[in-house]
Amino acid sequence: MSADYREIPQDVRDRYWAKTRNLTVVILVLWFIFSIVVPLMVRPLNEITFMGFPLGFYMTCQGSLIAFVLLVFFQNWRQDQIDDEFGVGD
Amino acid sequence: MNGSFLDNLGRVYGLYTGGFFVFILLMAVLEQMGVGADTIGLLFVGFTIFIYAAIGWLSRTMEVEAYYVAGRQVPAVYNGMATAADWMSGASFVAMAGGIYFGGYSYLAFVVGWTGGYILVNSLMAPYLRKFGCYTVPDYIGTRYGGNFARILAVIVLVAASFTYVTAQITATGTIAARALHIPFSFGVWFGLLGILLCSMLGGMRAVTWTQVAQYIVLIIAYLIPVIWMSNAQGFGLIPHFTYGEAVQTITGLEAQYGLTAPPEGVAGMKALTTPHVEPVGGLAEWQFVTLAICMMAGTASLPHILMRYFTTPSVRSARKSVAWSLLFIFLLYFTAPALATLTKLQLLDPSLPTAIIGKTIEEVQALAWVQNWSSVNFLAIVDHNGDGILQLNEFFMREDIVVLATPEIAGLPYVISGLVAAGGMAAAMSTADGLLLAIANALSHDLYYKVIDPKADTAHRLIVARVLLVVIGAAGALMAAMQLTGILGAVAWAFCFACSGLFFPLVLGVWWKRANTQGAIAGMAAGFISGSVYLWYVYTGGTPILGLNDLRFGIIGMAFSLVAMVVVTLMTPEPDAEIQRMVDETRIPTGMPILDPH
Repeated sequence: MSADYREIPQDVRDRYWAKTRNLTVVILVLWFIFSIVVPLMVRPLNEITFMGFPLGFYMTCQGSLIAFVLLVFFQNWRQDQIDDEFGVGD
Repeated sequence: MNGSFLDNLGRVYGLYTGGFFVFILLMAVLEQMGVGADTIGLLFVGFTIFIYAAIGWLSRTMEVEAYYVAGRQVPAVYNGMATAADWMSGASFVAMAGGIYFGGYSYLAFVVGWTGGYILVNSLMAPYLRKFGCYTVPDYIGTRYGGNFARILAVIVLVAASFTYVTAQITATGTIAARALHIPFSFGVWFGLLGILLCSMLGGMRAVTWTQVAQYIVLIIAYLIPVIWMSNAQGFGLIPHFTYGEAVQTITGLEAQYGLTAPPEGVAGMKALTTPHVEPVGGLAEWQFVTLAICMMAGTASLPHILMRYFTTPSVRSARKSVAWSLLFIFLLYFTAPALATLTKLQLLDPSLPTAIIGKTIEEVQALAWVQNWSSVNFLAIVDHNGDGILQLNEFFMREDIVVLATPEIAGLPYVISGLVAAGGMAAAMSTADGLLLAIANALSHDLYYKVIDPKADTAHRLIVARVLLVVIGAAGALMAAMQLTGILGAVAWAFCFACSGLFFPLVLGVWWKRANTQGAIAGMAAGFISGSVYLWYVYTGGTPILGLNDLRFGIIGMAFSLVAMVVVTLMTPEPDAEIQRMVDETRIPTGMPILDPH
């Protein structure tokens, strides 16, 4: 076990983990919407046309994928901020 | 060499990419000069394998840290490329667009699952496992939960999942090598294995990393060029991805016009187009979509050959970064696959295009060179069921996995593109096979041999054992592949389901639930793996699937049992000791030394 364990006080650890956990929950909720909810609603969404595509089809072959890429970059940007705020980045 | 190589990565791979384009041009010139298609295909496959082998030789090492985790020096972007190649297998490259071509909406579950899974990797796993500082995934399980029993269970699940997967990849390399080099499939398999071992044996993870980067560059170029070419030929612009909506609507219209009726008589191993491109079919369609997507996503986050790629980055932050890059590089191919499927379908169906075959006379279609080429090897068939001499939609049969390979010929592109696509497919299958073989051999050599059987083994001994195992497992995989027990795609989906059944919850809860203990993890791995396997056996031998969960989706059953068993058993047994709880605390903070001492 490294010396750092004692250097970072428990309350800093707890607050850091609470923020990290909240960010993770937000990301996972958005992930759930794009990977589960949207494909479940494909039939009603197909009634709408988006850039020439039926929207439900568009989301499953492109829209959700773009959302995932944006989500992962956003999550990392925000997580880096949290790390720096608590001075625990490596 | 090592230091200067790492400092010059941009220049080295920039030069390599430029060199590859020069090679493509050279092949195009040779084709103009009348060199045969077979020679060009052989040159493409042979030249690229030679380059990978050279990289493998240059990256040879006798250091444990370099052999297992590439010295933990791989920058995020390059690890992203290596992961993308590790990830995108022969199935993604060769079979995915074909699957969408024939399956429409239902098949897009793979596209969503195989990208969305990276959100789980990034949120739940990669940064924490990197902080842990392990060499393999069972290494994490063994240390977090303590005890050799948990470690060995993790090794068993890893071997079951990865071996299923690697067999499919060796099959794919064998198929491509057999076609390009004109050798029987059973020789092609061994030839493919030889290429795979050349990349990994001498340099372990370090060699595999740098060949995978090279393989990613080849496979993405090979995938994008034909699509962009077709798109321009059909007037969808330079980048077809955002403009092919019109093609989708045209296809829906043509499907209504031609009628999607099942052929009165099928052709073995081939399919006629009977599923609509856009609309889901049947009441269970959406449910089947999400259950498959869930298995693929949870499997992504549990497959050891992917997770171990994130052990090679210099820091926790760069591990996260490299997950993001991986997803971006994978996304480039996956959002192209539906475009490829759509444009190829349009080529064949749309009577206003010169390449269309539906509605033409059978005589005319059978005179086409690509139809003759592929039907001569029994990958394509035309049957005039109604005897009217005109080709109907349900009279044209193709094997699913030739859509990508045949597309350049269907679209009338020069043969140099077909050779390029073969090299791309080879790169995809080889890179995945390398990662999988290494994951298995490393788990056996590190976790079973070093940690359990002979903890006093010295470095030289451990690395020799690792290499011997690599060859033995590769040979076993090639033997299995030569028997051709399962199709490429089925085997891949099974691998994901095995991995998520046994490993998903023990890995996730190890970080996210401090209370999770040894007994719970053992129960979770055993219950998940056994229930999943039993269910697979049940549906595979003809049992009626419960709730439409067929053999591609048995991970749902496995994960459900795994979660319940793990939570119940954990709560029934004492919580882990203070040392383990401190370890979990430490895993959650990026800063500080890794949990595991340097070995």
